[in-house]
Amino acid sequence: MAAADDDIVISVRGLVNRFGEQTVHDGIDLDVRRGEVLGVVGGSGSGKSVLLRTIVGLRRPQAGSIGVLGCDVLGASEAEARALEQRWGVLFQDGALFSSLTVAQNIEVPLREHIPMPEPLMDEIAACKIAIVGLPEAAADKFPSQLSGGMRKRAGLARALALDPEILFLDEPTAGLDPIAAADFDQLIRDLKASLDLTVFLVTHDLDTLFAICDRVAVLVDQKIRIGTLAQHLADNHPWIHAYFHGPRGRAANPEREH
Amino acid sequence: MTLRPAGDWLVATAAELDRRLRALELPSGRRVAVDLAAIERLDTAGAWLLLRTEHALEARGNEVALTNVRNSFAPLLAQLRARGAGEPVPHPVPPHHTLLGFVARIGEITINVLRRAYLMLGFGGLVSTKMAELILRPGRLRGIATLVQMERTGVDAMPIVGLLSFLIGVVVAYQGADQLRRFGAEIYAVNLLGVSILRELGVLLTAIIIAGRSGSAFTAQIGTMQVNQEIDALNTLGLDPVEVLVLPRVFGLVLTLPLLVFYADAMGMLGGALMTWAALGVPIPAFLDQLRGAITEWTLWVGIIKAPFFAAIISMVGCYEGFNVTGSAESVGRLTTQSVVESIFLVIVADAAFSILFSVLKI
Repeated sequence: MAAADDDIVISVRGLVNRFGEQTVHDGIDLDVRRGEVLGVVGGSGSGKSVLLRTIVGLRRPQAGSIGVLGCDVLGASEAEARALEQRWGVLFQDGALFSSLTVAQNIEVPLREHIPMPEPLMDEIAACKIAIVGLPEAAADKFPSQLSGGMRKRAGLARALALDPEILFLDEPTAGLDPIAAADFDQLIRDLKASLDLTVFLVTHDLDTLFAICDRVAVLVDQKIRIGTLAQHLADNHPWIHAYFHGPRGRAANPEREH
Repeated sequence: MTLRPAGDWLVATAAELDRRLRALELPSGRRVAVDLAAIERLDTAGAWLLLRTEHALEARGNEVALTNVRNSFAPLLAQLRARGAGEPVPHPVPPHHTLLGFVARIGEITINVLRRAYLMLGFGGLVSTKMAELILRPGRLRGIATLVQMERTGVDAMPIVGLLSFLIGVVVAYQGADQLRRFGAEIYAVNLLGVSILRELGVLLTAIIIAGRSGSAFTAQIGTMQVNQEIDALNTLGLDPVEVLVLPRVFGLVLTLPLLVFYADAMGMLGGALMTWAALGVPIPAFLDQLRGAITEWTLWVGIIKAPFFAAIISMVGCYEGFNVTGSAESVGRLTTQSVVESIFLVIVADAAFSILFSVLKI
């Protein structure tokens, strides 16, 4: 993309998504900078997950262009798309682990597919990812159906991190986790971001996560998007945004809340 | 001494680095510094290799220090250390790869088969009890659900059942005529056709098609509901899954299959009639005359009487295996296959039992 300089890793222009009569996105422009954590929030049905799915190429939009790491997602050839897929990791809502494989085998799937390496090293790297996301060692040989929801999420994150991607897409990573696990997860993302220079595209409902780790926040309202820092959103007068950030939960989560 | 790793330590280069690190001869009882200044890029795989080497050195009694750790690498290394990036869990060898394991596995499979038979019998009993309750209180039958099942298992299956029966009729008539012609008795191909289709082939073929078509669907539907916790939801809402899911299916199929068998018989006769006309020049009226002489009404009934029993077997096995699904997509697939295999097996066993029964009764 001509406009993309090195610092913009995701660039969306004029994105339109429609389901039949219903317009979900009506001309969305979005830039994500390298190394930032962008939180995406919005009401139920406002198209947060649809936006994520569109950016990673799982859904073809009605109009618009999407560039990721300088590559045009919609016009990419098979080879370009495969190359791009090695540079991002996606964590789906419930982990989306392959149910016929163990956790370790799940993590090894992308390694096996993209990078030739000896089996013992692959096992070591899988064990290492399992440790990084805070799963116990014994989880490696378990099947997804034997894990709790929180553990499945961690395992899904471990798989998303298998190739040490540059961009991490997370779809509601803390939904369904207990507060301690959710806080752990926030810390984990922050640590990974610091140590791996990750760019994180984070779809979430969790206000604590927003305040804890997001550099900027994109709010999906009225089929459009509003991007800004938390401070800017806190000052926004749009009724939904105001209700979102100044509601009882928004105030409780804000570390600089006015007492 | 000082080690100076250099270049890119990334997942893409890990295989090569791993090979070279394993070839490295490590010292013991020394003071070793690992100078990271020349490392350009580092990711988790690279960091793991560094830490693995550090561990290996320490295990040999060396005093190890990482030096010139860049600021951007420090958090990653700290992270890995803190989480205690552990040893990989060794993959257990499947026990049936040993002789003893092999024998044990045969025993295990045998016991499993017996246990499955026992549990399936239990399920059959449960469904029968509910069935009996239903007869006492017919108002509890879910009429619409039953009708929907009848449409799906019966009406929707008519094209395929009809076509296959027609073709089997054609084949049996042709093969029969071909063999009997040597004795100048080709007209008896009609007798062969009538008896074999009406008594056995019509009902067996239909049952096998329905086992593949509807029995598998029962398992997949109920299994997917099990995965989605819909069965649990039914239970907590005070609804009985057997009553809501199983009875309409069993009832629907028990009513539908005899009708389908009758239809299959008719289509088989039609195929046979057309074939004898084409191959032997026997016109349809003569065919019917010959057929009337060959069969009694019992020939038809013997086939159709079996249908409700086969229907009960297919629907109960299908539903039972659906309830056995445990939380994964893979188990839905496995049990669907199993349900089709089991129901076809049981249908044929039941057919053999009926043959013995009918021969004892001299029908």
